[in-house]
Amino acid sequence: MDLSLSTRAEGDRTVVEVGGEIDVYTAPKLREQLVDLVADGKYHLVVDMERVDFLDSTGLGVLVGGLKRVRAHDGSLRLVCTQERILKIFRITGLTKVFPIHESVEDAVAATD
Amino acid sequence: MATVEVRFSALPAHVRTARLVAAAVARRSGVDEAVLDEVRLAVGEACSRAVDLHRRHCPEQPVEIRLTDDPGAFRVAVHDQAPSAPAGVPASPADALGALADSADPASEGGALDLGGPGDEAVPEGVGIAVITGLVDDVVVRPAPGGGTSVEMTWSAERVAGG
Repeated sequence: MDLSLSTRAEGDRTVVEVGGEIDVYTAPKLREQLVDLVADGKYHLVVDMERVDFLDSTGLGVLVGGLKRVRAHDGSLRLVCTQERILKIFRITGLTKVFPIHESVEDAVAATD
Repeated sequence: MATVEVRFSALPAHVRTARLVAAAVARRSGVDEAVLDEVRLAVGEACSRAVDLHRRHCPEQPVEIRLTDDPGAFRVAVHDQAPSAPAGVPASPADALGALADSADPASEGGALDLGGPGDEAVPEGVGIAVITGLVDDVVVRPAPGGGTSVEMTWSAERVAGG
């Protein structure tokens, strides 16, 4: 099980669909993807984590870094996650207060910044 | 004598191997399916921390993990060989997590974890331990005999049985 990444436009948002395991080995790939999107002028991102099986603090660091990058351009980074085992690490680390977390891509795309 | 002992080169790719081994041994020891996610995450955090320290201080040395199935408890010890932290007050879990949340601020500086890549993101020192502390009731971080640090995590019987 590795990391899978795909991106698509939904209105003025860019949806990044992530699957597999985000850890110390795979997180740099996700970082690169987020860096490339921001470099490409995509400042409103939705990261769909419904197919993520594993996420650790290294992955959180990359998501926080992505949030920091889009904020520097007055952008947004929203997460889609309903899996309890993934949400747990956001709760433990207090990052539920930092990231808007939605139940579906539709909700995240429809949210107003 | 530990039930299973694993030594692995301090490479990020092997952290997943350590997680898989820990989950397999835990399952074999009768750890409840619901608790396995905790074991995976906690062991992954401890191993990521050890790999990061080794890459900075002693890349040639292996990281060691010991899994012990005692009556009434499942124990995992992750042992790094890096020089012990310099004197000073280590970041408390709360401080580390505060730093992580604050690092989303565009004005914040980068942190300490080098993942080897352009535009490094940093996970503040201590976040891994803070996550483990939030997951596992019984965590001890102490100097290991012969140098380095040992992160010892215990899941007691009631948790192991899906408490």
